[in-house]
Amino acid sequence: MDEKVLIAKRVALEMKDGSLVNLGIGLPTTVARYLDPKLTVFFQSENGIIGLAPAPDNGMVDPNLTDAGGGFVGAIPGAASIDSAVSFGLIRGGHLDVTVLGGLEVDELGHLANWTVPGKMIPGMGGAMDLVSGAKKVIVAMQHSAKGKSKILKRCTLPLTSVRRVDLIVTELAVLEPTDAGLVLKELAPGVTIEQVVAATEATLVIPEKVGVMAVSDDDAAAAKA
Amino acid sequence: MHKATNCTKAVEMIPDGATLMIGGFLGVGTPNRTIDEIIRQGKKDLTIIANDTGRPAVGIGKLIVAKLVKKVIASHIGTNPETQRQMIAGELEVILTPQGTLAEQIRAGGYGLGGVLTATGIGTSVAEGKQTIELNGKQYLIELPLHADFAIIAAHRADYQGNLEYALTARNFNSVMAMSADHVIAEPDHIVPVGVIPPDAVVTPFCCVDYIIERCN
Repeated sequence: MDEKVLIAKRVALEMKDGSLVNLGIGLPTTVARYLDPKLTVFFQSENGIIGLAPAPDNGMVDPNLTDAGGGFVGAIPGAASIDSAVSFGLIRGGHLDVTVLGGLEVDELGHLANWTVPGKMIPGMGGAMDLVSGAKKVIVAMQHSAKGKSKILKRCTLPLTSVRRVDLIVTELAVLEPTDAGLVLKELAPGVTIEQVVAATEATLVIPEKVGVMAVSDDDAAAAKA
Repeated sequence: MHKATNCTKAVEMIPDGATLMIGGFLGVGTPNRTIDEIIRQGKKDLTIIANDTGRPAVGIGKLIVAKLVKKVIASHIGTNPETQRQMIAGELEVILTPQGTLAEQIRAGGYGLGGVLTATGIGTSVAEGKQTIELNGKQYLIELPLHADFAIIAAHRADYQGNLEYALTARNFNSVMAMSADHVIAEPDHIVPVGVIPPDAVVTPFCCVDYIIERCN
């Protein structure tokens, strides 16, 4: 299975019926494709809509209906449009159940760096700092390494997005949970060993007696339908 | 009282060096006709408060490319390489602000508040040089209000009294900015007779809006 598909499928298992979810641009956006069809999950886009839906067919888009990346989207019946202050009130005020974001680095404290590489990439933080500080649950969905270097470090080297501890980190190798005791190895990807994860991780991992395996299936039927 | 005007007259009121709030999110809900007129009249040394700087050929990005801007306060400039180039070259001052904080700073400026307390940015580079306060065991940044000389906002429909309605995600910062400037210029897609927009559908009340841009100049 493609690494990014694996990550998206595993993140999708975290979604609960009736929850309000904000998916970041890129890999996190693809999580919506792999949701259990029995669940009703509502999506927020921080530019001002709750009840986001996939883009309609060509020729049917509304230029006044876009996601936070500026791409055309749809809206479900019952969607609500809101201004930016209300949108971030939902995010900071405990109304947003889950946010899924990409990451450049995560560390043993559960701190995330994902908005800038000083001197190289200075796009601005957009809504990322508010999302990580405010969402009830923060999931980082990212590849374990970049250019052969672990992205899961003892301490982040890049400027932090927030000092709030993220709740879960999902990579193509493992599921990690930052806790008071450290970064706990919760699950392995199918066919991956503990030794492989340890070797690919700069951070020290807490390894419980029993480590689970990601309950992702190869079945792409749901994805094909989406 | 006649609020209806045209782009030319509205932009003539804006002096060089003015601070402008401009609505929109990556060009969606951006007052494009007024932006084009600012460029045509060559207003310069502007300070822009906005969510983002659009793209080089889209929305606020056009003001950046035309080098009419000396300072930007925004949450995101990643879609406009020209903003980044001018910033790195020292031609443009850019203050990057978390999007939710920016919305609240603008809201505070229009709601008569002395600032806002937010946990967003605590422990990050955003906190540098700012006051923090501990309340009930939690740390907050003190973020000061923002106010502008002019807010230039896009709306879906206006009536001739100045009541505004918005469309979907084109609302974004527009309705927040309508409270926070000395002069508010609204650029609606459509203008309708007073009474057509029912009171419950009004998002921005008429007292906030000073000028309505008519479609033809």
